[in-house]
Amino acid sequence: MSLAAQSHGFLSPTGVEITFLLVGLVTLGAALVTVTTRRLVHAALWLVVALGGLAVEYLLLTAEFIAWVQVLIYVGSVVVLLLFGLMLTRAPIGPSPDADSENRWVGLAVALAAAAALVWVVVDAFRTTYIDLDGAAQGTTEVTGQSLFRGWVLPFEALSVLLLAALVGAIVISRKTAEEETGPGGTAPVTPPRRTGPRSTGNGRRGITAAASAAARSRATTTPATAPEGEPGPAPETSNSQAIDGEAPGKGEEVPAKGEGAAKGGEAPGKGGDLAAKGEDAPAKREDAAAKGEDAPSKDEEGEQR
Amino acid sequence: MHLAYPAVLSALLFCTGLYGVLARRNAILVLMSVELMLNAVNLNLVAFDVWLAEAAEDTLHSGQALTLFTIAIAAAEIGIGLAIVLAVYRARGTSDVDRLRETAERGHPDGTGGSGADAGDPDGAGRNAADRTEAAA
Repeated sequence: MSLAAQSHGFLSPTGVEITFLLVGLVTLGAALVTVTTRRLVHAALWLVVALGGLAVEYLLLTAEFIAWVQVLIYVGSVVVLLLFGLMLTRAPIGPSPDADSENRWVGLAVALAAAAALVWVVVDAFRTTYIDLDGAAQGTTEVTGQSLFRGWVLPFEALSVLLLAALVGAIVISRKTAEEETGPGGTAPVTPPRRTGPRSTGNGRRGITAAASAAARSRATTTPATAPEGEPGPAPETSNSQAIDGEAPGKGEEVPAKGEGAAKGGEAPGKGGDLAAKGEDAPAKREDAAAKGEDAPSKDEEGEQR
Repeated sequence: MHLAYPAVLSALLFCTGLYGVLARRNAILVLMSVELMLNAVNLNLVAFDVWLAEAAEDTLHSGQALTLFTIAIAAAEIGIGLAIVLAVYRARGTSDVDRLRETAERGHPDGTGGSGADAGDPDGAGRNAADRTEAAA
């Protein structure tokens, strides 16, 4: 490409470049927080910042249609889906200390090596290449629509078939099977306490205010009924990612120490810390039932977003 | 605009997503990191499309069309991925990718064993094989 690169100064950035750099720093910082934070919901919210920053970068590159599609699809739909996924898998609100795997240093080394190689190659290759942004915008809706429906009609239609297949596949995968509807065989002993238990424990666990203390109180009161049958069964499996390594007695010391268990810590130790810690698993099963019930609306919304 | 700005930003975002995929344990966080990587690719596509539209008189706008396709495929991917994560969570009670080792070559029942558990594993595998032969006999 014989571009008129001589008119550009190397160290005299234009206003667009400065803006691009600042927004890029914000985007990169938000992305770094997304992959390093220990609070799972905060990771999803920082992902919103990163994706929104990328939309601004698209606007600066005069690709406005892509920018609005980015805002609509990613910020509006994908992040909402991710938040629903976090909610349905009972992700803790507070910091979870085992959010990163043990081999994160290997991952860090690989990522740094890849970053060094990529940045070096890219900078070396495109050192004297400039984008001319002064002409007509390259990504208006008119331009994008013309190119999409003149040159890319067949892939576009094939993509609609792919979206339909993905929609059907997501519904089929997340659908309850017939034996799950009639009553699970493996978790049959846990079913009666799941039905009798108050639904509000599932919400109160995430709530900050009075609902949390009420839920903790009700949890502590229902604990003697649920703990003997819930404990030897599948309870160690249903424990959340916060207690990977420890067995049931180890959980008793761990759970109130976390920020998520703040409301619990105020109420539960008065009624016996060990019982409350055991009861932590029994409401988990009930929450699982609540999560199953909320599964279908999320799928419907996913269909609407598409 | 210097083409190196979007290219370098895209490379750094991609490597950030790569670190997230390698280092995270929760499957949904892994999906978020995959989204970051896809977005890095999208930024690259848009930047090079805008450059080539001026420099090479490209009227097909391959980069922007492919960006739209990537966004649609990413939406499909996140839908299927979350459905799989929810199904796995419903079946196993966890969405921790480190504990889902049923298809590993040598299974660790606690799921926390790294290389340390591998050292003692041949013994366990041998014991299991012995149990199986006993049961068969």
